[in-house]
Amino acid sequence: MSPADRSQLAAFGRGLLLVWSVPAFVLFGTALGFGALARDGGFSVGHATFVAATMFALPNQVVLIDQLARNEAVAGVALAVALTAMRLMPMTVTLAPLFRGDKRRPVLELLASHFVAVSTWIEGNRRLPLTPAGLRLSQHFGQGVAISMMMVLGTLSGYALAGRVPDVVSAALLFMTPLYFVLSLVATSRSPMDLAAILIGCALSPLMFRLVPGFDLLATGLVGGTAAFLAGRRF
Amino acid sequence: MSFLNDGYGGYLTLFLAGTLATEIWRWLGVIVGGRLDVAGAVFQWVRAVATALVAGLVTRMVLFPSGALVAVPLAVRLGAFVAGVGIYYVARRNLGAGVAGGAVLLMATQWIIA
Repeated sequence: MSPADRSQLAAFGRGLLLVWSVPAFVLFGTALGFGALARDGGFSVGHATFVAATMFALPNQVVLIDQLARNEAVAGVALAVALTAMRLMPMTVTLAPLFRGDKRRPVLELLASHFVAVSTWIEGNRRLPLTPAGLRLSQHFGQGVAISMMMVLGTLSGYALAGRVPDVVSAALLFMTPLYFVLSLVATSRSPMDLAAILIGCALSPLMFRLVPGFDLLATGLVGGTAAFLAGRRF
Repeated sequence: MSFLNDGYGGYLTLFLAGTLATEIWRWLGVIVGGRLDVAGAVFQWVRAVATALVAGLVTRMVLFPSGALVAVPLAVRLGAFVAGVGIYYVARRNLGAGVAGGAVLLMATQWIIA
């Protein structure tokens, strides 16, 4: 193995270390809920694992399983999932230049984009800038595989434990996700514009939830993000 | 839901309605992201949009939850949320302390009042 290959492998390994971290634990806890939901909905353990591994986006997975379990039309379900997944696009737009590094590898970049979710976006923003540009893609793959493994493990455990965990514990596990999201947004914010986007986004979403249900997250992002962007430019 | 049990057909449905409907936005993101100047205004704006969107997801999960969290009263959810953020700062910006502290407080309060 050449020294160059070895340092790529080391970067992948550094990424894998993400299995032992706060985000990995939080994701495991939330995936437990997803596994239990899938079992309640009448899905097989194979289906639940397939969805967790190939979608890798918890809110979308919940929408898919929930809607199918309610016997909604498949085309409608696909549309609802696609709407929820739109949020992944601005996240990928900002993370792709970071994990791409110093040269273009279009096919690898498309594969790497599978590992963009809120947790890997937050951790990528935090950890990738500290890595030399040429090693970032390998590290991002490592981080993605690490979080993906926790997703599948959590789903399997949740499927097995469904109905056997006290409701209070399930509630506390679900509650960790918004806390992790907001604290890591604060931890990774670099400018007044970032802070403004967090505050305005938090304040705007209940209003949008009432005004434009179904599109509330997108509306919050577009309106709140634009307001924060304009405010950040002015000050 | 019966279609889910006819062998590979179920997986195909999950793939089309779930995986493909999700993955397509990531591919679009890579394509658009490849054409943007990272230091430019457009990129800054997209970053602000992504941040506000995730922040919006946070409030939605706390105010309008699903699953087992529905049974926890709004005041308990809000209190534990604010406490978690407070613990994070008191513990010198420790992410694990904030997340675990908020979750434990929610569990303890719910245990006492239920």
